[in-house]
Amino acid sequence: MDDKKNVRGFLEFVYEFYKSMKAHEITLVYEGEITHQITKAFTSLTESNMAKEDESGSVQRKVFHVMVECLQNISKHADEFSSNDYLFAGRGIFLVSKGDNEYSVTTGNAVDNSRIDELKEMLENINSLDKEGLNQLYKKQMKEGRLSEKGGAGLGFIDIKRKTGKKLEYHFLPIATDTSFFLLTSTISRNL
Amino acid sequence: METIKIAGTEDTPNVILDAANDIMEISGRSLPEDVASFYEPVLNWLDEYAKSPNPKTVFNFKLVYFNTASSKLLLDILMKLEELHENGAEVLIKWHYPEDDEDMAEAGEEYADIVDIPFEKVSHAD
Repeated sequence: MDDKKNVRGFLEFVYEFYKSMKAHEITLVYEGEITHQITKAFTSLTESNMAKEDESGSVQRKVFHVMVECLQNISKHADEFSSNDYLFAGRGIFLVSKGDNEYSVTTGNAVDNSRIDELKEMLENINSLDKEGLNQLYKKQMKEGRLSEKGGAGLGFIDIKRKTGKKLEYHFLPIATDTSFFLLTSTISRNL
Repeated sequence: METIKIAGTEDTPNVILDAANDIMEISGRSLPEDVASFYEPVLNWLDEYAKSPNPKTVFNFKLVYFNTASSKLLLDILMKLEELHENGAEVLIKWHYPEDDEDMAEAGEEYADIVDIPFEKVSHAD
């Protein structure tokens, strides 16, 4: 960006980016390392925004909950991925959007292809269960599961599904021969 | 016996474990960065307390929010209290929840299902 033309090109890109965010009703987007400090900052920011907009207590709590679980998932798992690729190592994207009828919380991070089957199986299983089935699974996992070294209990996805009542939508996109980008989106109805 | 008082923060709960004054309470929000190390002193305290418990133990949970990693540690606490109960001590769990918070009420029911201890759900207005 050392000449005027490039600066202008960049600023035009920023405007396009802004319009694109507006078009997709994105209220928060972050790329980078997701730490506990970031988790606290984003949840409190979203919380105060929702309070200002008089969102119902129940919606506020659910959005807060989904955000915490999604952010902690990334902060606990993203760095398991050891890559020399500066684009993806230990980082991720986090995005919140707000439509007329729902909020959605989306995360994206790189994973080794060897983990895809296990993730798909877990998500499909969770998506196939009704509330009662999810409660059973949660209890079983809470009793039998062990806390991982990073403090994860394997309960986040189950709880998101049972608190929102909505399917966990996900997608894997290839990055390289042995890695993929794992995208996951959860929606929370605003009419609770 | 040593008293534990941990002041709550935006991501960790307020904890009071005071055997002499019969106050045992965990309240507020629980989403610590490292759940295991946050709750370790609580679990250790309960092990110590179990050696010579009060005739009656009332343990209050008054949380407004906890993450899933904390839910596992809360179960560990309840299981220690269950053991105390099995060993003949009188134990009562009081699960306080905001009256408009269905999820927190359900979380209490879930724990009441898992552990075999007298369990009382108490709703409050704020």
